[in-house]
Amino acid sequence: MSAHSSATSSPLKGYFAVWIALLAGTGLTVYAATLDLAPYNAAVALGIATIKATLVALFFMHVWHASEKLTKLVVIAALFFLLLLLGLTMSDYATRLWS
Amino acid sequence: MSMATAIPQPAERENYLNKEYGVWSWLLTTDHKRIALLYLISITFFFFIGGFFALLIRLELLTPAGDLVQADTYNKLFTMHGMVMIFFFLIPSIPAVLGNFLVPLMIGAKDLAFPRINLLSWYLYIIGGVMMLHCMLTGGVDTGWTFYAPFSTSFTNTKIVEAGLAIFVAGFSSILTGLNFVVTIHRMRAPGMTWSRLPLFIWAHYATSIIQLLGTPVVAVTIVLVAAERALHLGIFDPKLGGDPLLFQHLFWFYSHPAVYIMILPSMGVVTEIIACFSRKRIFGYHFVAFSSIAIAVFGFLVWAHHMFVAGISVYSALVFSFLSYAVALPSAIKVFNWTATLYKGSIHYDAPMLYAFGFLGLFTIGGLTGLFLSALGINVHVTDTYFVVAHFHYIMVGGAVMGYLGGMHFWWPKISGRLYPEGWARLAALIVFIGFNLTFFPQFVLGYMGMPRRYYDYSHMPEFQVLNVLSTAGATVLGVGYLLPMVYFLWSMRYGKPASDNPWNAAGLEWKTASPPPTFNFDEEPVVTWEAYNYEELDAPHSEEVPVAR
Amino acid sequence: MPDSTVIGLHHEEEHRPELLHHFAEPQQQRDAASLGMWVFLGTEVMFFGGLFCAYLVYRRWYFGDFAAASKSINMGLGATNTAVLICSSLTVVLAVWAAQTARRTLLIGSLALTMLLGLAFLGIKAVEYKDKFEEHHVPGASFSFDHVEIPGHPGEYANPRHAQMFFSLYFVMTGLHALHMIVGLGIFLWLFIMAWKGRFTPEWNTPVEIGGLYWHFVDIVWIYLFPLLYLIDRHP
Repeated sequence: MSAHSSATSSPLKGYFAVWIALLAGTGLTVYAATLDLAPYNAAVALGIATIKATLVALFFMHVWHASEKLTKLVVIAALFFLLLLLGLTMSDYATRLWS
Repeated sequence: MSMATAIPQPAERENYLNKEYGVWSWLLTTDHKRIALLYLISITFFFFIGGFFALLIRLELLTPAGDLVQADTYNKLFTMHGMVMIFFFLIPSIPAVLGNFLVPLMIGAKDLAFPRINLLSWYLYIIGGVMMLHCMLTGGVDTGWTFYAPFSTSFTNTKIVEAGLAIFVAGFSSILTGLNFVVTIHRMRAPGMTWSRLPLFIWAHYATSIIQLLGTPVVAVTIVLVAAERALHLGIFDPKLGGDPLLFQHLFWFYSHPAVYIMILPSMGVVTEIIACFSRKRIFGYHFVAFSSIAIAVFGFLVWAHHMFVAGISVYSALVFSFLSYAVALPSAIKVFNWTATLYKGSIHYDAPMLYAFGFLGLFTIGGLTGLFLSALGINVHVTDTYFVVAHFHYIMVGGAVMGYLGGMHFWWPKISGRLYPEGWARLAALIVFIGFNLTFFPQFVLGYMGMPRRYYDYSHMPEFQVLNVLSTAGATVLGVGYLLPMVYFLWSMRYGKPASDNPWNAAGLEWKTASPPPTFNFDEEPVVTWEAYNYEELDAPHSEEVPVAR
Repeated sequence: MPDSTVIGLHHEEEHRPELLHHFAEPQQQRDAASLGMWVFLGTEVMFFGGLFCAYLVYRRWYFGDFAAASKSINMGLGATNTAVLICSSLTVVLAVWAAQTARRTLLIGSLALTMLLGLAFLGIKAVEYKDKFEEHHVPGASFSFDHVEIPGHPGEYANPRHAQMFFSLYFVMTGLHALHMIVGLGIFLWLFIMAWKGRFTPEWNTPVEIGGLYWHFVDIVWIYLFPLLYLIDRHP
């Protein structure tokens, strides 16, 4: 799909930039793990992972340039149902000890 | 279009059945219509195996004492009945047979998007089926089809891993079918076939595919965990090692509750087609029926923990799940109301497919309403694990799904085989199935409400339950006859039935605008759609033009 | 490149052997294949989702034990593997670009490099598994995790059973991920052979594109596995 757009400008610069960002993100997540951020260590680690995953999806998997919304819809639907699975399951575990 | 096709020679036309002969032309086919027939044969085989187990179960319950089989054997009987019927009959039934046959035809495509993957999915089904048969013949499983841990992981010595792998493989067959449908419906529609012109059968299959795609992988990985736990003693679901058995139930029901909608949604699609055709009316509230299919698919994923109300989940979570369970009733009710509204002032024809559709309406409504009882936390606690639950899900999965399947088989049989089935026998069979079904399962509601637990092979401490059990067993034999009849006359009609015209019901829909049986690539010329779905007013108009497709 | 370059583009489109009979045009076939892969990846999200769900439940319950167990894994190897996979994702995206722009040498080189990086990942993974095996951290009869302090709680020891839960999830999750890597290597070997034969052209390179999607997805799974398994409570 991006074959036509690549004829005008090379996407290589962008690919390498994303690659550097991903490596930097890996370094950052390792560094952040050694800091004591009290309750936020997990949030920071998952936040960095999500940014990295988003970069891969948007630029390496070309979701950003996808010519139609359908690809985006599939991604969003999968994530939505994943959150349903995790969220509703945790609704049980998180409230078991109430009362 | 060349001149040659203008000469009508219906008997000698080349079609998908007579194009090639020989075993390999079937076993290596990528034609969706032939694959549909392969599925038809395979699921019928498993249906009768599952039915055989059901018959033994009913015979055992004829008398209060456990006299026909041993307790262990009985456990295996209901387990294998459930596994075979759910994973090897109901889940593939309408999608893999009628869906496979009709989805490309209805949207005007030459085939599914991935014909080789379609064939692969049949082979996966067969591999899973052979594993399941082997598992049955070498001892079977006794956990119930639900595999509850830690009984399945730490205690029983039956063939859990093998049955699990069989279901895992069959699950991938189901995923690939769903994947094929989704891509086909998005990418292969004929020119002019917009989303709001799609037959509602297609919408129902689209919704079904969503569930197959998003639910099945979760049960697959759950089975992997169970197998790993048994083989490697991991303890993920083992309370002795810090695991939580309820986690198994969460993961299992995340798939297995929506799986009920994999069974019922395609049936709803079939019934929609039949009701429109035999009322000679446009379906009432097209968009409501279409989007209620999608709504059922999504809401179906929000309610799974109502299977676990007494298992020890948090009360607060149970309240939420109870409330959400009511929500699924909304889109289902929307469908029933729209079907009823379609019937209103329709010109109703009581042909066999319509009789099955009526049967579906009644039985599904009873099944759905008793489902509301079960959504209510209080009643659920009272009737959990009783025959009330057994009756409820049989009303949905047999009364609903199988009625729809049989109705669809009758409706499209002329298209599939090119022959007409004997109408009189078919109406009789529809009646027998309806009576037999109610006689089998209605007493079970009463039994359950009175407190008869499910999965007991011996109820000699409560002999007052025998009368209703005898009724149920009698009904099961009637039902068995009702199911055998269509198989007999369908086979008979393949040889002796009258040749069917292209459109024997004068029905709307692209599948009726090609030959019966259709040619290998479905349409002689790519159809262009310029009309809305269910244009029965135009079809029945006194001076209606010939169908506006170039032939 | 074989003879296909001499044939004119319009003529070529009508007689492309890759265009299957049931598609009207190559664009439709490409879009179908790409959507098919995306939908499949959606199912993969749910497949790993079940595992993440189990992980989430037990990590909340047994946080200290999980932290202690996590600390026993070699973070350096895990970080290296993350970098290896990120590099392989770059070579994949280069391969897709090379296929689309008819750069055959770059295509073959990128595919080869991707496979090498994939093998490197599996090799490092094997070293890690071997370490765990030697430390008796593989769940089962010989499992032992005695007297390991919970990070941040001096004098408190991790419950070996709950630590074993961590290792169970660790092996299942990384094992299934490694299985996906092996499947990916198989796909890329096939792509490599096809590319070697010169079968991919700017008009027809869908397999490279959708094979690439799969590879990136496996990379994304690892991007989450790394912090979740290796980096629980690492601070001193």
